[in-house]
Amino acid sequence: MNKKVVVIGGGITGMEASVQLSALGYSVTILEKESQLGGHLKDWTVLFPNLRKGHEIVSFLEHGLELQEVNVIYNSKINEIKRVNKHYEILLDKQKSINADAILVATGFDLFDAHRKEEFGYGIYENVITSYDLEKIFAQKGEIKTPSGIKPKRIGFIHCVGSRDEKVNNHYCSNVCCVTGVKQAMELKTLIPDAEIFNFYMDMRMFDTHFEELYLESQKKYGINFVRGRLSEANETIDKRIVIKVEDTLTSRPLKMTVDMMVLLVGMEPSKGTKEIANLLNLKLRESGFLKPEDDHTMSNVSNMPGVFFAGTCSGPMSIKYTFTDARAAVTKINCFLKEYELQNRILVN
Amino acid sequence: MSQFGFTINKPRVIDYDLADKRVLSYVLANEPSFNLCIFCGSCTSTCSAGNFTDFNIRKLKMFIRRGLVEELGVEAEKCMLCGKCFLVCPRGVNNRNIVLKVREALTKIESHEL
Amino acid sequence: MDATNNIWKNYQKEIADDHYYYVRSCIRQSFFPASEEFFLKVLKDELGKDIFDDPNHTTCTGIGYHADVVPFETIMTVVARHFALMKESGYKNIIISCVTSFGIYTEIIETWKHFPEVLEKTRENLYKATKREFDIPVNMAHSSDIIYKFRHEIADKLKYRLVNQITGKPLKVVEHIGCHYSKMFPKYGVGGAEFPQVLAGMINAWGGNVIDYPERRHCCGFGFRQYLVQANRGYSAANSKKKFESMEPYKPDLILCNCPGCTMFMDKWQYTISEMEAKTYGENNQGIPVLTYEELAGLVLGYNPWDLGLQFHQIQSEPLLHKMGIEFSQKDKYKTRSGIQMPMPECPANISF
Repeated sequence: MNKKVVVIGGGITGMEASVQLSALGYSVTILEKESQLGGHLKDWTVLFPNLRKGHEIVSFLEHGLELQEVNVIYNSKINEIKRVNKHYEILLDKQKSINADAILVATGFDLFDAHRKEEFGYGIYENVITSYDLEKIFAQKGEIKTPSGIKPKRIGFIHCVGSRDEKVNNHYCSNVCCVTGVKQAMELKTLIPDAEIFNFYMDMRMFDTHFEELYLESQKKYGINFVRGRLSEANETIDKRIVIKVEDTLTSRPLKMTVDMMVLLVGMEPSKGTKEIANLLNLKLRESGFLKPEDDHTMSNVSNMPGVFFAGTCSGPMSIKYTFTDARAAVTKINCFLKEYELQNRILVN
Repeated sequence: MSQFGFTINKPRVIDYDLADKRVLSYVLANEPSFNLCIFCGSCTSTCSAGNFTDFNIRKLKMFIRRGLVEELGVEAEKCMLCGKCFLVCPRGVNNRNIVLKVREALTKIESHEL
Repeated sequence: MDATNNIWKNYQKEIADDHYYYVRSCIRQSFFPASEEFFLKVLKDELGKDIFDDPNHTTCTGIGYHADVVPFETIMTVVARHFALMKESGYKNIIISCVTSFGIYTEIIETWKHFPEVLEKTRENLYKATKREFDIPVNMAHSSDIIYKFRHEIADKLKYRLVNQITGKPLKVVEHIGCHYSKMFPKYGVGGAEFPQVLAGMINAWGGNVIDYPERRHCCGFGFRQYLVQANRGYSAANSKKKFESMEPYKPDLILCNCPGCTMFMDKWQYTISEMEAKTYGENNQGIPVLTYEELAGLVLGYNPWDLGLQFHQIQSEPLLHKMGIEFSQKDKYKTRSGIQMPMPECPANISF
């Protein structure tokens, strides 16, 4: 009889891991809390670093599900998870229950709620939006207008919103917001060629393949302006434009400018689903609230509970590329575990 | 008028909305590599003039960007045009030419061409 | 501004209902003499509260503390003495009139919370100096918090609303909160530090509209450290000027402050700027009237503006009184209570009164 793996979460991680597990011969069920799969991927129009269309990845993942047999339970709510002998019993709503020989937690992230940064004016001043709102505007196609309804002549992007910030208790860096800022700046400039675009950053984190080249291209071809200085407060003028106050650290002087629209690059936080599952399974968390692996180097997909693995952004902010890699890595680990390979017993000195 | 014994301090905030960007536009049009500068400071550290005077080419470039043009002429004269700044730049910014273009722009502003 | 209502719900402050011990403000008494009297009057006569104005209390020595003349240990002992007086007269709730003073009280209470050895030392100091013992008050509020708490009760008794009787529209009011009210410890201010609600709540309850302008949170520049030395006053004045320049396009009818220093600054610097730079704010070069919240409460309840001391302000309030439809007697303006005519002040060169 095939061994059973239950994948909690049907985003990129859940979808990719489940088809790979199915290809290895396991019986796989995805438990997805929404009524469709795909998670946050559905929200992004074009992806960094090569500006390819987001829906191409969605199609790729969906095609996987056509090729491999995977059972999906939509709108599922998990009430309890019990360990029975050497497997797990997962109790869902309406008296449904499903068994698993191994569990893969792929519950993903939530975007930082920008309302929490009161001084940035999100939800108070109409022309302050987040990167997520901007993606929605891009998806609508058509002419770009500020929420006030005018064609913007100057736009400001604010990096590190909700990340690297003690005041909201998120000390970590969300990795991918810097490159998102560069990407969205370039997209905006393509749509509004005579707009002046400013990115306000603390550091430019261009760590992965082709990120630095993208940054260079944004300056060379698109003339995006970068100001090293963190936004202290945003205010609204009488005509609803936003006044940005930063320090221009490279001249050691305070700087202020008025923009027609301000975009907050919000970071990632552990999702509500991650917190719930961690609670149900007694999983160890990092200080940041993301799932903590048994070993940072050699067991990044292994939780503290036997047979419970995790992958994707529930363990920390990561790009789509790394999500794919992480999902496939978890699959290898699960396979190792379920086939009881000798490799499982390697000695690791802590 | 009463004798107050003090005068009201002038603000030192850079108000970008009021920035004079004529020099910036001229330099960008004639030396587009200026767009690539990330103000890492390599040029300033190797600068011949900067090692013995307070001439700071990174700051000079930043002042151009912010429209702070009052002292630009005096500062730009301090450059010895040795070209080390161009040699060392990791992004390929032609800093030497930027100084030359700043001087050109200021002359044009004086003669009301810009 | 409706979205700010969601934020300030996170910063709800406990304000006591009754039985207050009142400590006065040096600057408020000197420059706005009727304010505190009217605060006491509103609380006792209009709201029927028990408030004790203790003649034995002193300045909190905040001016000295912020000018580096009075050390922290001394000011803690002075404050402890007030708490001892409270204990002796049987009060547990303190109302503080000055915002800097309020800042000092909060700073001291927080220090005592985190460093109990400092609290013990203060107990020792006070006992050695005066043989008095004290308890930390149960509730500590600024006097503007009290008016905020009872703003609806006052609204029920309003004789005049914050509405422009000529146009029928609500008055445009700039509210300015003292820095020490909530910037140090946002939890001690109603509404927190970004969108404080203490004055905005009063204005909205009494019919006016609050203006949000870019420099709303900026300090007025009143810091004892810079203000006391004449040569540094340019720095102080520059801060107020920045605020005036920012609020000008919104054409405010009134500036409301809760800190006595801010009221003094917003009022008097308009004169200084008009002299130095020939620039006057407000319609018809009349300046923007600046009021304390006690004066505003007295005005809307229908008290005589001259009893409220508005004639002693730098910027005259007649334009505001006309807008609100308040009846007043111009000829009684500079008369004493008993009707004797006082000398009349000169008009400034660049402000039209």
